Amino acid sequence: MEGTPTWLWLAVIASGLYHGVNPAMGWPLAVSAGLMEQRPRALVGALWPLTIGHLAAMLLMVLPFALLVALVAWQRQIQVGAGLLVVGFGVFRFVVRRHPRALARIRPTQLGLWSFAVAIAHGAGLMLVPIYLGLCRSAGRDGGDRAAGALINADVGMGILVSVVHALAMLSAGGLLAWLAYRYLGLKLVSRSWFNLDAVWALSLILVGVLSLSATLAPAPGLW
Amino acid sequence: MMRPDPTFHASPKLAIEAAPENIAYTLLLSPDFSKPDALAVIDVKPGSPTFSQVVHLVTMPNKGDEFHHFGWNACSSVLSPLSGHAFLERRYLIIPGIRSSRIYVVDTKPDPTKAQICKIIEPEEIFKKTGYSRPHTVHCGPDGIYVSTLGGSGPDGTDGPPGIFIMDCETFEVLGRWEIDRGPQTLHYDFWWNLPRDYMVTSEWALPPQFENGLVPEDLLSNKYGHRVHFWDLRARRNIQTIDLGANHQMALEVRPAHDPVREYGFLGVVVDTTNLEGSIWTWWRDGGRFHIEKTATIPAEPAAKDQLPPPLQGFGAVPPLVSDIDLSLDDRFLYVACWGTGEMRQYDVTEPRKPKLAGSVRIGGIARRTPHPNGKVFAGGPQMVEISRDGRRVYWTNSLYSTWDDQFYPAGVPGAEVMAHAGPNGGLELATDYWVTFPDGYRAHQIRLEGGDCSTDSFCYPSA
Repeated sequence: MEGTPTWLWLAVIASGLYHGVNPAMGWPLAVSAGLMEQRPRALVGALWPLTIGHLAAMLLMVLPFALLVALVAWQRQIQVGAGLLVVGFGVFRFVVRRHPRALARIRPTQLGLWSFAVAIAHGAGLMLVPIYLGLCRSAGRDGGDRAAGALINADVGMGILVSVVHALAMLSAGGLLAWLAYRYLGLKLVSRSWFNLDAVWALSLILVGVLSLSATLAPAPGLW
Repeated sequence: MMRPDPTFHASPKLAIEAAPENIAYTLLLSPDFSKPDALAVIDVKPGSPTFSQVVHLVTMPNKGDEFHHFGWNACSSVLSPLSGHAFLERRYLIIPGIRSSRIYVVDTKPDPTKAQICKIIEPEEIFKKTGYSRPHTVHCGPDGIYVSTLGGSGPDGTDGPPGIFIMDCETFEVLGRWEIDRGPQTLHYDFWWNLPRDYMVTSEWALPPQFENGLVPEDLLSNKYGHRVHFWDLRARRNIQTIDLGANHQMALEVRPAHDPVREYGFLGVVVDTTNLEGSIWTWWRDGGRFHIEKTATIPAEPAAKDQLPPPLQGFGAVPPLVSDIDLSLDDRFLYVACWGTGEMRQYDVTEPRKPKLAGSVRIGGIARRTPHPNGKVFAGGPQMVEISRDGRRVYWTNSLYSTWDDQFYPAGVPGAEVMAHAGPNGGLELATDYWVTFPDGYRAHQIRLEGGDCSTDSFCYPSA
């Protein structure tokens, strides 16, 4: 178990970077904002609502699990359930690649809402849940010694921390790409860097879910 | 698809820098409805042995559709950062029959010389799902294909106002009406938008009884054709402002917003002023959240002897320019104005949008002048639907307006023709002597679309800067 949390924290950061570079999570919107107003401050200004929207989507997914984790006796079932949920959503995203029309109906000025909606629709928050649950378990439990209230506080605190670290990683990666496009590489980056991640994204969800399930169901303590 | 279609461009500047077009698509119609309408695939690659020739014809299975305008299933607008779904292909042409209300979907890949129909949407489906009829202009939008209509429901299309409906850009299923609150809008013609600024502009022609059997002179002289322009909140699908140009400004048709989305202005062509027969160009702009519009250029009528005029014009002793189409180059610098009556293609420098300056002109056809092409051939009708290459150097146009209107203004007939003019980098316009498209007998030629996009299809989500 030693060192496991480090790996999990790296997973939190790596998934944040992954979400950040994905154009579907919004960095081209920051480029657009900078160019439309013709000042770099508009680009930076757009990154905040994008990050806050993403963070809100993470919290919406992670916090209910943070409360559930306090039910120590059911921890295993919760982890299995979360793993199945992520795998199931990944399969759904793989089969249904279409983007909800509602996303295109959000106004260009409602960046925060757009970021929140897109993160929910893609299952970006869901992808974080197994990693978060792994962190809770790795942090160790001594059951009876702690009151349920303290447990909830600890897990909610952990949930917020995981979401914030993830969102900051996402901000760094997306912000860097937006800045590179805006300042140096030009708009060609928008169409050139835009790989179709739909299938990769869906497979990522399935992978995270499967890893989480295998870690939970494995007899000996594993990576997760 | 792993990468966005290479013909999608984030900004107008990137589209200008793209490779030139090799193929043009032109809609053909059978004016007496004796043959099915068709789509002509034309080779426009300089130096090619079949240059300026029809290399393939997609003939429809029905008669009487009356093709007018058409568009792509997807264009540069899918690079909108909001849609987050850039993996469509510019592949299918969406071709509405304005008279039949039927829509054809033509697949242009993998080989445009083997383009073929892949789906037909029958009029009943459009009537049932939208309550609209007479589909007209097609634009690929942020959440589907937007199609404007000229008629409401009922046999003559006057049962309820016309508007816009949305189709799915992958399945081509008709999804339903676009408008949630249309405000005072009751007539429709063209529409376009500024995607990042989130507004749409629509214009007005007439209801079907006012155009299907020809221009109704009494309605025109009593100013009963459309003369208003409507501004909409694109996402909320609400009318936010309507401006009346004045009742004498009859038929406010083409809407051409600046391509660079930073620029909040655009142009509108008005066919005829009933007080003096002149045509006009209007410039609209947004300032402090409100839209404004003013007449910025006029084109006078030209006197002509009675024996040179068709019956509807004989009482006036003059030919109106009849501004039937306008088009704006991708750099937002030159506005082309088709004067279908006088037989002139005008080029205005609109660097200062509210002060258009005439920069070039070509005479061809025309009711009274009947100017032949420099190659000696007779160009019946006048310059009509105009399309500009992405780099702004080649300007293509056809000669027919609408079957019954052609017959009123050009009783001798309007055999299909398509010509091209070279535009100088700083203005000036000259007809290409080697470009003349001959179409099959009995067909008239309408709108042109260029391979890879042109100046009246694509909308861009990022500035050129």
